[in-house]
Formats: sequence, structure tokens, C-alpha cells
Amino acid sequence: MATQPSNTIPVKIRKQDFSSDQEVRWCPGCGDYAILATLKRVLPDLGIPREKYVFVSGIGCSSRFPYYMNTYGIHSIHGRAPTIATGIRLANPELSVWIITGDGDGLSIGGNHLIHIMRRNVNVNIILFNNEIYGLTKGQYSPTSPKGQVTKSSPYGSIDNPFNPIKVALASGATFVARTVDRDTKHMAEVFRQAAQHKGVSFVEVYQNCVIFNDGAFREVTDPQEKWEHALYLEHGKPLVFGKEKKKGLKLTGFHLEVVELEDPEQTDGILVHDQFNPDTAYATLLAELTDKPDMPIPLGIFRSIETETYEEAFFRQIEEVKKMKGEGDLKQLMLTGDTWKVD
Amino acid sequence: MAKTNKTVVKVDDVTVRFAGDSGDGIQLTGKQFTRTTALIGNELSTFPDFPAEIRAPAGTTYGVSGFQIHFGSHPIYTPGDKVDVLVAMNPAALKVNLKYLKPNAIIIVNVDNFTERNLRLAGYTQNPLEDGSLKGYQVYPVQITELTRKALEELELSQKEKDRCKNFFALGVVYWLYSRPLEPTIEWIQKKFAKRPELAKANILALKAGRNFAESTELFASHYKVEPAKIKPGIYRNITGNEALSLGIIVAGRKAGLDIFVGSYPITPASDILHELSIHKNFGVKTFQAEDEIAAIGAALGASFAGNLGVTATSGPGMALKTEFMNLAVMTELPLVVFDVQRAGPSTGMPTKTEQADLLFAMYGRPGESPVPIVAPRSPSDCFYAAYEAARVAIQFMTPVIVLSDLYLANGAEPWLIPDLETLPPISKNLAQTDEDYLPYQRDPQTLARKWALPGTPGLEHRIGGLEKEENTGNVSYDPDNHEKMVKLRAEKIERVRDILTEPEIDGPDEGELLILSWGSTYGTIVTAVKELRDEGKDVSHYHLRWLNPLPRNLEYYIRNFNNVLIPEVNLGHLSRIIRDRYLVDAIPFNRVKGQPLMVQELKETIDQILAR
Repeated sequence: MATQPSNTIPVKIRKQDFSSDQEVRWCPGCGDYAILATLKRVLPDLGIPREKYVFVSGIGCSSRFPYYMNTYGIHSIHGRAPTIATGIRLANPELSVWIITGDGDGLSIGGNHLIHIMRRNVNVNIILFNNEIYGLTKGQYSPTSPKGQVTKSSPYGSIDNPFNPIKVALASGATFVARTVDRDTKHMAEVFRQAAQHKGVSFVEVYQNCVIFNDGAFREVTDPQEKWEHALYLEHGKPLVFGKEKKKGLKLTGFHLEVVELEDPEQTDGILVHDQFNPDTAYATLLAELTDKPDMPIPLGIFRSIETETYEEAFFRQIEEVKKMKGEGDLKQLMLTGDTWKVD
Repeated sequence: MAKTNKTVVKVDDVTVRFAGDSGDGIQLTGKQFTRTTALIGNELSTFPDFPAEIRAPAGTTYGVSGFQIHFGSHPIYTPGDKVDVLVAMNPAALKVNLKYLKPNAIIIVNVDNFTERNLRLAGYTQNPLEDGSLKGYQVYPVQITELTRKALEELELSQKEKDRCKNFFALGVVYWLYSRPLEPTIEWIQKKFAKRPELAKANILALKAGRNFAESTELFASHYKVEPAKIKPGIYRNITGNEALSLGIIVAGRKAGLDIFVGSYPITPASDILHELSIHKNFGVKTFQAEDEIAAIGAALGASFAGNLGVTATSGPGMALKTEFMNLAVMTELPLVVFDVQRAGPSTGMPTKTEQADLLFAMYGRPGESPVPIVAPRSPSDCFYAAYEAARVAIQFMTPVIVLSDLYLANGAEPWLIPDLETLPPISKNLAQTDEDYLPYQRDPQTLARKWALPGTPGLEHRIGGLEKEENTGNVSYDPDNHEKMVKLRAEKIERVRDILTEPEIDGPDEGELLILSWGSTYGTIVTAVKELRDEGKDVSHYHLRWLNPLPRNLEYYIRNFNNVLIPEVNLGHLSRIIRDRYLVDAIPFNRVKGQPLMVQELKETIDQILAR
């Protein structure tokens, strides 16, 4: 049995074929719209027939997503989408399974499932909409809200240390780890495409603006003026440079990264060159930690992409091996297992 | 075999209990005795009594492992209330098992282990073999260790290896006592130790030495014979409840033409189901050990959505965690089988002891109006049929189904007449077809089940979830009337499960003074009590429920026909509450919650009291 979503059938599907007949009901201006539109734009290019897509979500604003996709879908229980997705992949590995989750759904109530699906390397695509707030329950702090954030449930400021989703993914052994942002749909489309094509678990954090409860949380990387100073676009094989004129670069000093000013953007000697295929997570973790440091740029793009055996490959290979060893199960023999005796 | 002039006494049934340290090979000894007893044609029932600790210190009371077998020349339904023969390998084994003995029971002790140290470890201040405290029993002190060593004198084995054979010496003694042949065990030993012939030889020598000792010693004046029972012809095997649940679900998957997907998280006493099923990957069985109970059922439900039959096995604390997923299964109307192997609760409770106290939880323990069919097997082998039926109902009615087993059934074993699989009812699945005009929540007019549309099928793309659905279309709906309608439709669908079930038959007259109404693993105890009461000329009828939801149609008729309805349960009154609520009848509860199965004797006494009123 093939354990990869099939993409050999030439199909002509258009973006609008993925729209369901349900009215989209996010708040006007919500970053979710851009993510929905971008994904609908990417899917037709993947060559996978529409009936092979399954969207699985938990609970939260983002988790309404499956209702708006004219594919198979389950809107499930808060935090539990990875469990259902795993079951779907093991029942039918020819399906392309997408998990739509948020910072509360995926990292708080569903944290356990998220780390385990990543450690197993189940071949699914996880899109985590991170808005650093609980939206659907109307504005409480989330596990990614910065410490000190004033919300309805933290009127004197949150005292929780936030999670860095990229670090969670790396520590869990995710084989594809990326970050993008709702305002940059071109970048987002490319990241989604790469995530879909990756064999194994793909984890994509999307910085997503909640206009109602946490507007402007990611202004640093979305504001047309500011973003050049703060966004570090990761490109494999290219030096880690940023700034409007690309005159800032990152250098490894001891065990940390340091920003250095470049006289000439073309002269990047000593500047680290991005290697998304680095099997060692230390490098990607260094990049991920930049996010938590003031005065350091915020990386966007693919942190890590390595290929190892997927859970499904191992799962079905083992079944085949057992079949080879024992033959196709014979019920009559099974019933007679152990000691039997005949009574006349 | 040397002839002796010892007398042979015929008995109808006997209960033997082997007890000793976890390391004494007690379970193995018990299983060998069971095997031989089955082979010579007795009816039997067994129950192991494991210590909760994995490797408890030797000699302690909490490290005692026990194995009980009840066998006879007539039908046997329970492992026996009280014990006729106790084999105690050390003082601790004697101490913890005294309470199970019948008056004048036989106690065979390994006197070599009654050392000062072991007595102290067991909490004895005096040696019970010497202080007269065992006056009411027939005590046979045997130097089991010494005699085993002597029998193996010639063999080039370490002392430790020789001492490991002493359980076979004890088994030899009991074989003689109940006139059982040694051959089946000898054959088994030869096979088991084929690669270590010196160990095979040692164990066989010990077994024979035990038998010869019992035969020639002055200690035993007589021995016993239990004639073969009249048993239905066919091929038999021994089976535990957990094995039977596993086999039942495998067979159901084959019959339905579906792969079985088992999502489970280890929990006592259900883990053996996962162990058993994970062996059979060549039978279209997929097993997934999840990160927790929630993920286990979540993956199972996901697999059901994608076209496998999702199964999850757990016990009370695990089912509590699965509650919300069971509700998602109710709402999404997908097939799912949940095995709940009940244990003594609440919370961690007594994980190695039995109880029937999850019934009300299974019935009502979910938020919202959430009806779920519930089936309860009545014996270890009946678990096979319960699992099969559960799968059949789950698939044909597109619903989660709970199988309420318990520890007593899960670990208990009995001989099982292997059924002809052709006689099992077929399992039909109602799959939506490519490009049909599919509405996810359109229902079959007979069963009210919706159609199953598998991802991957062109033209059937649809979304389901936990939000309330509009009738037929399955679109999200907050319409008040629609919600009430859907609540009632989901309830009515479960009521209609009755249409494909066989109703239980009453055992005894269908009217009279007393009806005993029961469910689950109490069956054996009640059948035994009822039989004994009838032999005493008393008027008692018995009705044993198989499906607890929905309840059978003929139940009310019987309830109304009797002056008294007695409901024995291993809880504080679960079924009795349901019956009182449903039929407004003053049912009499009979409850024990000791982590032990019901005892025949105490039940009989209660019945006598009711009949004497």
C-alpha cells in the first residue's frame, strides 16, 4: 500500500473548487481569510485529487476552517485534531491530511498530541495559526502570549512564560519546521507548497493577526516600513542577512548568533549560510531563539527540512513483514490457538 | 503405577487453590492443572489472583500469587466461592488464603518454608502449624523443598534450579489426590524445555516424585475422583475474557470486510486486549499505542471516519478521559467499539480487583443527551460474542458501542466450544457510493443510521464535527426545533438497535414469587445459586440481561409477572436504579462492593430470606 498521498493523477482543479457552500464567518479583517485563500490557491497545484484531501481541526476560530473547504473534513474536539489525523492516515495512507490548529488548541489543551504526532513523524501538514490570544472565548491570554500581556483573564498582566512554537516543534523531532505570516501571502504560499511536498510531519507556524483581541501583535514583521528591519527571510544556501539594504548579517559567536553590520551587502564573509537540511537541531534552535530576543530579527521561512522514515512507512512495513512471516491470517487457525481438545 | 489400598471417594465438584510467592510458579502450576482437568473431561472455571506489585518481596503477604480452579462432573459456572484444597507454598500464602477455606478443608503446606523468618514476614508470632489455630482443617505438612531436592539428587543442576521444580512436586501431589494423569503435563514439559532437556527431566522427576510421595505416604488416607461431565461434543480451548474480546473483534472485522484499528493506552486490566491484538497484524488488525487515553480513542475515531472499524480498550479511569470523544462519535455518528474492562474504583481504586460500578457512567456519564448502546458479556467465553455483536451494532447503526466487561471476566478462564464462524450473523455496512446524491445526515428509514462516506471517494466530500447538525444536510445548525429533532432521532436510533438483537430468555417459570434480574459477570454465581435453590425445591426464576441499552422488549412482561424482583450486582445498585426508574417497580437491590465476585452462598441466603417473607 502506498503510504504517500498520490499525486500522479493529472487533475484539473481550480481554486474555487475548494470553496464549500458555507458562508465564511470570521471577523472582518481577520488574518484567517488570507490563510484560507492562500491554501485554496496552493492545493490545485499539488496534483492531488480533491477527494483525497482531509482537513482536521480542533476548536477555536481557526478550527472552523474545514467547514469552508469543499474536501473531506472533521471539526473535532479542542486540541485533539492530531489524534484523529493519525487515525485517518493509518486507516488510509493515500489521503492528504491537514491539521488546522491554533496556539491555544495546539499548544495548550492539545500540547500532548501535538508533540507526539511530531515525534512519530506522521505524514501530515500542521498549520498552527498563532495569534497569541484566545479569540473564540473572547480574549484570554494563550500559551504564546508574551509575559506581562494584559488580557481579560490577566488584568494585571500574564505571569506565564510563553512557548516558542518553533522550538516545541524542533524539540519534538519535527522533520519540517517553518514559519510564515498572514500578511505575506506569497511567502505563505511557498511555505505551504514546500510543507505539502515534504514527506513526514510538516509544522508551519503562521503569525496571524487577531483584529479584535490582539491587533498588531506581529506588526514588526508585517508593517511595510518596519518589517525590513525585523524580518529575517530564510533561504536555503543564502547568507542570513536582513535589513532594507541587506546590510545586516548573522554571525556565530561562541554559542549564540550575533548581528553584524555589513559594509557591502555582497561581502558576506563570516556570515552564516542558511542550511535547512542540517540534520542537527542545534542550528535551527539557534535561529528559533532569535524570536525571543529583543533587538534580534525574527526568522521567517523554513528552519528545518529533513527526510527520515515516516510513521506510516514503518507501520505498514511491519504489517507486511508479519504477513510475510505468518501468511495472511486464517481465522480457523486463530480460533484453534493454544491448547485444544476434542470431546466426542 | 503401584496399586495402593487407599480408598477412593467420588465427589461431584471441587475447588482447589494454589498459592505462593510470585516466583513460585503458581500461575503455571494452576494452568497445568486446568489443562489436565479439561483434557479428562471435567467442566471447570478458573480465576487467577495476582498481587498488585510486580515483584513484591518474597515471603510477604502482599506478594502472594494465587490460582483457583473449580471443576466438576456437572456444569460449572464460577471459580468457586470457597476452597476445598489449599496448596500453600509458604506462611504468607496460608495466611492470606485462610479466609477462602471451607470448614474441614485440606491444606497442603510446604513445611520447609515455615521458617522463623518467613513466619515473621507473614506476620505470624507463632507457627500456625503448631499452635492449634488450624484445628478446623485437615493440614498436611509436606517437606516439598527437601523432597524435591532429594528426587533431583542425581542431576547436575544448581540448587536454585532444582528448587524451581518444587511447584511440579506440589502439582504431582494434587494430581494424585484427585486421580489425574501426569501425561499431559509431562508432554507439555518436554515441549517447553525441548532446548534444555536436563530441566525437562528435572521437572518431570519432581512431578512424579510428588505423585509417588502422595501415593505412598501415610499422610493421605484417601483420594478423590471427579467423573467426567457430560459435555457437548466438539473442539474446545481455554479462553480468558480479554482473549475472547480480541478474537471477537478480529472475526467481526473479517465478517464486515473492514480492517480493525485499535487505538489503546495501557491500563489494568485491559492491556491484554492490546497485547493480544497487536500479535495479529496479519488479520487486518492495526494497533496503535497512543500517548494517552484521549489520543487512543481519537485515533480510533479518525480511523473509523476513514473506513476502518475503530476500537479502543480501557478501564473506568480511561473511559472517563474518553468521554468527550465518545460524544463526538455520538454526534458524528461513526462506528466505534469501546471495551471497558471494569475494575474497582473510583479513581485508581483497586486496579487488580473486580467491580461492576461503571454501568451508570456508561449509561448516563456524558454531557448532553448522549445515548450509547451497551452490551455486557456474562462469562469469559461470552466476551467473544459480545465483542462481535458490539461491532455489528456499531457498523449497522453508525454509533459508538460500549462493551462492559470486568476484571473477573477478563482474567478468568473457561473451556470454550469453538464455534462455527459461519453461524455468526452477517455484518452489513451501508457505504455511500461515488457521486451519489449524498446527504451526510440522511437516514435509513429502518435503522435511522446515516450512510458512511469514506474519504477518497470522489463526489462525497463532506464535513462533520461536534457542532449540531441540520437534519439530512449535516450543515451546522443552531435552529431550536432542529436540535430537539436531532436529539430525539439519535435516541430513537439507539432504541431501534433492539430490532436486530435476540432477546434473552427467562430461565425458569415466567411468573411466580421471585425473579432474579442480573447482568454481566454475576451470571455464573446466580446460575449456580438458582440451580441449588431449585434442587431444594424453591421457586426462583432468572433473567440475565445482555444488552443494557436498549433494554429488551420482553423485560417488562417478566418484571410485572413476579411478586419480587431481586437485582444482585457488584456495586451499590446501578441496574436496580435503572429498573426502578424505567418500570416503577420496587426492585430489591443486592449489593456487594468488595472487589470480589458475588458469592453463591451469601446470595442464596438473601434469596431464602425473601422467599420466607
